[in-house]
Amino acid sequence: MKLYCLSGHPTLPCNVLKFKSTTVMLDCGLDMTSTLNFLPLPLVQSPRLSNLPGWSLKDGNAFLDKELKECSGHVFVDSVPEFCLPETELIDLSTVDVILISNYHCMMALPYITEHTGFTGTVYATEPTVQIGRLLMEELVNFIERVPKAQSASLWKNKDIQRLLPSPLKDAVEVSTWRRCYTMQEVNSALSKIQLVGYSQKIELFGAVQVTPLSSGYALGSSNWIIQSHYEKVSYVSGSSLLTTHPQPMDQASLKNSDVLILTGLTQIPTANPDSMVGEFCSNLALTVRNGGNVLVPCYPSGVIYDLLECLYQYIDSAGLSSIPFYFISPVANSSLEFSQIFAEWLCHNKQTKVYLPEPPFPHAELIQTNKLKHYPSIHGDFSNDFRQPCVVFTGHPSLRFGDVVHFMELWGKSSLNTVIFTEPDFTYLEALAPYQPLAMKCIYCPIDTRLNFIQVSKLLKEVQPLHVVCPEQYTQPPPAQSRRMDLMIDCQPPAMSYRRAEVLALPFKRRYEKIEIMPELADSLVPMEIKPGVSLATVSAVLHTKDNKHVLQPPPRPAQPTGGKKRKRASDDIPDCKVLKPLLSGSIPVDQFVQTLEKHGFSDIKVEDTAKGHIVLLQEAETLIQIEEDSTHIICDNDEMLRVRLRDLVLKFLQKF
Amino acid sequence: MDPECSRLLPALCAVLADPRQPVADDTCLEKLLDWFTTVTEAGSSLLLLQENPCLVELLFHVLKSQDLSSRILSFSLRLAGIFAAQEDCFQYLQQGELLPMLFGEAGPLGGAAWTAPAVRSGWIQGLRTLAQHPSALRLLAACGAVDTIFSLQGDSSLFVASAAGQLLVHILDLAMRGPAEGRCSPQACDWPACAQKIVCHIEDSLCSIATPQVTQALNVLTTVFGHCHGLWTQGLWVRLSPLVARLLEKDPVPASHSLVDLLLSVARSSVPSSDRGLWETLAQTLSHLSPTQAGPLALGILKLQDCPQALRTQAFGVLLQPLACVLEAAAQAPGPPGLLGGAAGDPMTVDTLLCSKSACVGLLCCALAHLGLLQPLPQRPSPWPQAPLLGAAVTVLRLCSGSAAPTSDVGGRLCAILVGCGRVQRAALDFLGALSQGAGPQESVTQVFSVLLEYLMSPESSSMVLKKAFQATLRWLLSSPKTPGCCDLDPRTQLFLRELLPVLQKRLCSPCWEVRDSGLEFLTQMTRHWGGQAGFRQALLASEVPELTKQLLQDPESYVRASAVTATGQLSSWGLLAAPASPERPGAQQSLLVELLHVLCADSEGFPRRAVMQVFTEWLRDGHADVAEDPERFVARVLQAASRDPDWEVRAQGLELALVFLGQLLGPRGSHCPCAVALPETAPPGALAQALPEAAPPGTLAQALPEAAPPGTLAQALQVLCRVQLFEFAFRALFDCDRPVAQKSCDLLLFLRAKAALCGSPQEAGDSPNVASVEATLQRWQAGEQGQPLGYLEPGAVMAVLRSIDLEGLRDTLAESSDHVEKSPQSLLQDMLAAVGVLGENEADCY
Repeated sequence: MKLYCLSGHPTLPCNVLKFKSTTVMLDCGLDMTSTLNFLPLPLVQSPRLSNLPGWSLKDGNAFLDKELKECSGHVFVDSVPEFCLPETELIDLSTVDVILISNYHCMMALPYITEHTGFTGTVYATEPTVQIGRLLMEELVNFIERVPKAQSASLWKNKDIQRLLPSPLKDAVEVSTWRRCYTMQEVNSALSKIQLVGYSQKIELFGAVQVTPLSSGYALGSSNWIIQSHYEKVSYVSGSSLLTTHPQPMDQASLKNSDVLILTGLTQIPTANPDSMVGEFCSNLALTVRNGGNVLVPCYPSGVIYDLLECLYQYIDSAGLSSIPFYFISPVANSSLEFSQIFAEWLCHNKQTKVYLPEPPFPHAELIQTNKLKHYPSIHGDFSNDFRQPCVVFTGHPSLRFGDVVHFMELWGKSSLNTVIFTEPDFTYLEALAPYQPLAMKCIYCPIDTRLNFIQVSKLLKEVQPLHVVCPEQYTQPPPAQSRRMDLMIDCQPPAMSYRRAEVLALPFKRRYEKIEIMPELADSLVPMEIKPGVSLATVSAVLHTKDNKHVLQPPPRPAQPTGGKKRKRASDDIPDCKVLKPLLSGSIPVDQFVQTLEKHGFSDIKVEDTAKGHIVLLQEAETLIQIEEDSTHIICDNDEMLRVRLRDLVLKFLQKF
Repeated sequence: MDPECSRLLPALCAVLADPRQPVADDTCLEKLLDWFTTVTEAGSSLLLLQENPCLVELLFHVLKSQDLSSRILSFSLRLAGIFAAQEDCFQYLQQGELLPMLFGEAGPLGGAAWTAPAVRSGWIQGLRTLAQHPSALRLLAACGAVDTIFSLQGDSSLFVASAAGQLLVHILDLAMRGPAEGRCSPQACDWPACAQKIVCHIEDSLCSIATPQVTQALNVLTTVFGHCHGLWTQGLWVRLSPLVARLLEKDPVPASHSLVDLLLSVARSSVPSSDRGLWETLAQTLSHLSPTQAGPLALGILKLQDCPQALRTQAFGVLLQPLACVLEAAAQAPGPPGLLGGAAGDPMTVDTLLCSKSACVGLLCCALAHLGLLQPLPQRPSPWPQAPLLGAAVTVLRLCSGSAAPTSDVGGRLCAILVGCGRVQRAALDFLGALSQGAGPQESVTQVFSVLLEYLMSPESSSMVLKKAFQATLRWLLSSPKTPGCCDLDPRTQLFLRELLPVLQKRLCSPCWEVRDSGLEFLTQMTRHWGGQAGFRQALLASEVPELTKQLLQDPESYVRASAVTATGQLSSWGLLAAPASPERPGAQQSLLVELLHVLCADSEGFPRRAVMQVFTEWLRDGHADVAEDPERFVARVLQAASRDPDWEVRAQGLELALVFLGQLLGPRGSHCPCAVALPETAPPGALAQALPEAAPPGTLAQALPEAAPPGTLAQALQVLCRVQLFEFAFRALFDCDRPVAQKSCDLLLFLRAKAALCGSPQEAGDSPNVASVEATLQRWQAGEQGQPLGYLEPGAVMAVLRSIDLEGLRDTLAESSDHVEKSPQSLLQDMLAAVGVLGENEADCY
């Protein structure tokens, strides 16, 4: 059993598991932090961004000044943003049989895999995952495609040139694998390969293994996966949460008794408690708005935004913010808000019960009804007519490199009355802000990551007790910035096995058994014999048929009757000869009684010696030696076949035959 | 005894003795016992029994009856104890052999009823009450009661077991005080047999291998040394101390909690004066017990008035150990000698800290709490290691917040255990607050402020932790030294304030109401103390805190609204809220007075309205500018609103405000010739402010009463009071259904009447029609019909009415508790009988 690790990002995993002749890809996350190296794509022409000076080498060589621009001491690539793909060379991806998706954030690389690697398999995911995943991809494609950029920079990627660049460009890894965003056509084609599944549904893969999605509590439709055969069980735990937010709670019990538990997608900010962060978010939002400032919340169009809107729903009246407009701007804003209301079966119990009242499960419906929350596909069109300040704007993309957020950063960045509040944990906020410096607006970092923290992981592992834990290397040591915080790493026994990008891991796990079925007629013909109480044995003569990873014992064909004359050999006649089998023996030989029997039969001068494995009975007169061991008995006599047969018969008296 | 009670008693005894008429309410029996105790304390029990033979009959009946409830049985045992406490009555009951039958083997002790804990408890309490004289001791010996008490020490009911232990102590004390009193030598060999028996039992228990028995013995001894003061206790200690010392040789030390209690009890008794060995035992115990167990002992030792210095040092060392270990583990580099003068932390303490989260948290919280308790005591150890303790508290807080970066292995593990631990954070913040009473080196104080700021800023601080952080910050701010020669805040504090106010601003916007509330409380306190300091005023006015505070008057949470009322009231008193109305929105900035009046009239919850009344009272007292403009109108409006308030505390506070107003018009209570007194004479402008520079807002004191009420005669003052309808308010309050309001009003009117009498009353209007109508209205009010208004009152009429009402009588009636009628024994007996009757009726209803 092997694990091929194609992604180095612990929360955007992409691993391939080879297990019992199947090749299963676990998630295909897309690392978008690479976009932080690019200049933002402004929706409206930005003189500031277009007038940034080109970057030149120390010696004054300016051949890169078209590709690289300098802003407040940082260098950015002036090109269409590119993403860091999972490793494609480590394993032939056309051999991947299935892809299991855990949540909508972990499927963003899907079009790259399904459309460009020769992949012919099936993708499994839950319905909300697919629908919301589609929204995220659609938004991404839209953000990039609506700001066409003529230029595509590639010179800087040359290894010799990259060495000369300042950090972080110099240290960017795998730049040669960075790719531009996919198209909507590719998205549609990739999504068409997905087969929808429900929680706890058992899916057979070629008869060899069974895969089952379990609720992981992190997002709408998010799942962990069980991959098991009859005797082995691998659990794949991706983004999971034990907090009470909108999704169905995490199913922990089904993860018990795993041989291997692959653990990914823990919280990216283990020191920040989501509840405190929500409090911080609300306080800062209220403070800014009360002072007449605007609040910008860069976010994804789905996920934490639902919880934030719910908190604000409860908070705005008490904070005296009822008259402040909340805007949600995304090409998929409308779909996201509406989708969230229709996936009742995937929601937590409280929200499910609301559906029967009937009430919309999320209170943002009421915010929309009362005009407190308004949503728009883009800043163009209706929004510009309705726009009123001070206000709160939720919009993407959290990287601040594309999407409507770029416009608001340009618009509001110059006033210290305004605040940008970062709630998505995927991007370092200082890096995200780098191309907007110098910035007067206040920046608040309240990353809300509801995924498991290390304390919860430790409890989970104690609860489910896997034999082995496999996780990204980042989880086996404290974060570099807090190197003494031993509580910020996975602590389990035996220690977790770690992996990194482009590594192949042999899982410490041997398969011992295989299940074989017996045909009923064959089973009928068996005559079990009780060897000892509770244990019966029977000899089986059969033919082993193996097809689709299923093994079946069938009755042996009857010996071919000579049909006379016809000598033509047929394929079905080509079966091994079934010889008449000698009976099998069982039992043990009690040495004392055996010696007495020998004496009764006229042997004398018998000596018994104990050996490491059993006994040796010496018949000195007959110059014969009988070696009795646990699983064998040897009679060694010198060419006296008669004597050997006599002795053999005496030995056989003590053994059972069947 | 009251003849009426005597008359009712036989019927009651019959009810009690009748198993078919169960007494529904246990408290009745308790009240009955209380009453009998009072009666017997006042007179002869013997006479009582002779005059009421039904009582003895009841006791005999109880013995015979098989199916009585356990509560009646228990009651009877306790009742017998109360009677037999007097020796002559004891003898009287003995004649009938009643007591041995009740308390001996033949009584409930041997029967099925004994399984009920109530009966066992009654048996013990009965004996406890009757064991007052030597005859009782003989009874105890005769019926073998002491052995039974021994066994009851291990009773399954904790109440019974504890009472059994106390009874043993009582018997021991009685035996030792008895015939041998005065000559009872400390030598145990001369002690009475009963005492010998108990002491031998204690000795056996101390030697037992079963911890519960050791615990029982230790608890009994703890009570002995805590409550008995005879010389014999010294002898007892001499006899038992070797056995106690032997307990320390066991590992682990059994019943360590009880052992600590005992040793501290002995140390506080007269024993140490005769036995210096006790100090050695204490020292040994300190070193034998685990760090967690030794903490309470160490604290107890340090609280002792006189004990050897070496022991005190050892005990202080024990308390400091956990913090010393933390300091050592978190030290970046070997620094100056820490808490223990450079000595390394005890490995056992380190083990305890690291063995589990609960042990670590428990030990640290105890250490912090113990040291916090010790800090303000006069007998605290000296020199007090203020600087290292500050360092330790700061380190603990940093470990808890995860901001410490210890390099040692132990430090890393401690950090992992403590990070995010709210309990330790709260304990450490409390301790840090307590340490503000002492000075510290500049560097430590800087660290303190920085860690406090870190906690106030951190989104991870829970609401309780924040509250503690605010409290500690306030204590440190208020204790920060003044710059010599300058009455303003020192620059360091001003710098801190500049960082603090944005944090406070954010906290006032928190979605968690507890946080908003503690933020407002903090602001109120800070303003109360520093409202006059230029540095503070400047920083506060430059921030948005005052505006936010005002917005919180509309908070959905009533507690927050109440705190906001208090805070805005305080800010306004110091002129820190008066932001000018903006030119764009004229009139938008309405006066706070109007806003608060609106809260008083319209708020649905009591807390904000009470807060408004307090603020208004304070404003009136301090002469707030808005009030001073027209105090008469102010008082009239407030009283009108308060009189309609459904919350009695608001009405009571209204009377308080009225009293302040009276004081300002007529001079305070107790001044002798206040007739022509008006405020200028009582409190000249600024006088109060000069006397209390930081306690009252300067310059806002009323300059004088407005023209409507110039200094003049009492009549003029009464005119003012009539105009503000103070009398209507006070008379209404006089018949308020809530007693405290009525009492307060009564006091106010009495005060007014006394003033009037001193100054010579104004023109009487004794029999004018006005007076008659007022009296009639008041009578209706008293009868509960308060709908009708009183109308405008003339001062003369008021005085006449005041004289005609029996205010003294009313005051006496109000002074009685509201249930004084129902509390009489006669009422109790009637109630019990009625209850049984009612039960019977209910049964009848069922058919």
